Amino acid sequence: MKIGVPSADPNAMTSDMALVTAIRSGDQGAMKALYDRYSSIVYSVALRVLQDTGAAEDVLQDIFMQVWRNPGAFDASRGNMAAWLAVIARNRAIDALRRRRPEDDIEDVSVSVEHDLVSKADRSRIMDKVRGALQAMPAPQRSALEMAYFEGLTHSEIAGKTGEPLGTIKTRIRAGLLSLRKVLAA
Amino acid sequence: MSVHEQFAEDLALYALGALDDAERQKLEKHLEECASCRRELELLRGDLSLLALTTAGPRPPARARQRLISAIAAEPRLPAAAPASERQQRSWWMVSTWPALGWAAAVGLVIVGIGLLLQNSTLHQNLASLRAQFADQESKLEQANQTVATLLDPEAMKIELVAVGNKPQPRGKAIYQRRNRNLIFFASNLPPLPAQKIYELWLFPASGRAPIAAGLFKPDARGSATVVNPPLPADVEAKNFAVTLEPESGSHESPRGTPVIVGVGE
Repeated sequence: MKIGVPSADPNAMTSDMALVTAIRSGDQGAMKALYDRYSSIVYSVALRVLQDTGAAEDVLQDIFMQVWRNPGAFDASRGNMAAWLAVIARNRAIDALRRRRPEDDIEDVSVSVEHDLVSKADRSRIMDKVRGALQAMPAPQRSALEMAYFEGLTHSEIAGKTGEPLGTIKTRIRAGLLSLRKVLAA
Repeated sequence: MSVHEQFAEDLALYALGALDDAERQKLEKHLEECASCRRELELLRGDLSLLALTTAGPRPPARARQRLISAIAAEPRLPAAAPASERQQRSWWMVSTWPALGWAAAVGLVIVGIGLLLQNSTLHQNLASLRAQFADQESKLEQANQTVATLLDPEAMKIELVAVGNKPQPRGKAIYQRRNRNLIFFASNLPPLPAQKIYELWLFPASGRAPIAAGLFKPDARGSATVVNPPLPADVEAKNFAVTLEPESGSHESPRGTPVIVGVGE
């Protein structure tokens, strides 16, 4: 019988912070557990951006090696581990896509997510809502948001690509983000 | 929303990394001075992380896991330990480990830190009228964060004082805030783990229901360990806490292993 556990994922009972604490002590087993829990998130994000399995694997390796070398970079008070890794994966993949040096250190990334993303079931429920919100967006709004997020284009580049005014692109991107937040708050 | 409207669109683009250089520099200058916009930026990054998480795709190939395992094996990091010369010089008055800081002070500062984090959220919404108060709170929060960071730093020296001639015993301290599901647990003098074993912390509900797993952990070379805010169900009144020795995968439904330390209440 499962008693009072908030998560449907039993592995989540070894909290992310407990794993991070063990990794700080040099525990390679904890590092493997963290990888098994979150590698698919990091890899999926990197693959979506880079569209290349080898390059996505490089980003995956780079991010987890940084966590190994500097586990203290994850600060639970500043964000959820799944969200934190997803953001870092996206940023690193965009850096790789644009062949530029990493713009920010993993210590500099903080993410405020007010939803419980610890278990796969919770993540799946939230993701269904986000995907629904994306589908419900006007196509130009969704497209502008995805070009900025998954292709790493600046608003000027998006404006050049679509032939739309800069102000329109800015407004579309912000409106898209706010509509995501609105759906999640409902 | 308390964010400055004139920066609202630029903040969204900044969170995406989609702002051109000149506008980015202008916004970064504003962010240095505006806690409200910094908070909004974190929220936007949170929204964007959810966008990232929608990219359900194939799992990474097994070779990627092996590649990582090989790489971390090539870069082993030993748990922090005092230099040999320092260990040899210890005398009777610095025998074992733990809080020279004192439990009461440590607990107080940790709770102050958590409280200030919550307070900050409210202050952001009323920033105009509360700016001065917020600056003060931020300063205190920084102090509390530094204290918490010291408490949780595995490399920080922790000394526990015991009566002369007494052998240090395993001990732990759980600080639990039911309302916010906050749990901070410190342990010291734990025996080294046998092979393929791990310690597990348990919360015993006052309702008499089955114990709730509250985190697996391994102590450092001196037997010290910390568990911070494991996932816990809402609104559970705790009667007690205990640590058991479990198989390495843990016992997630109920303790199966040997009890090591058990709470005695306060």
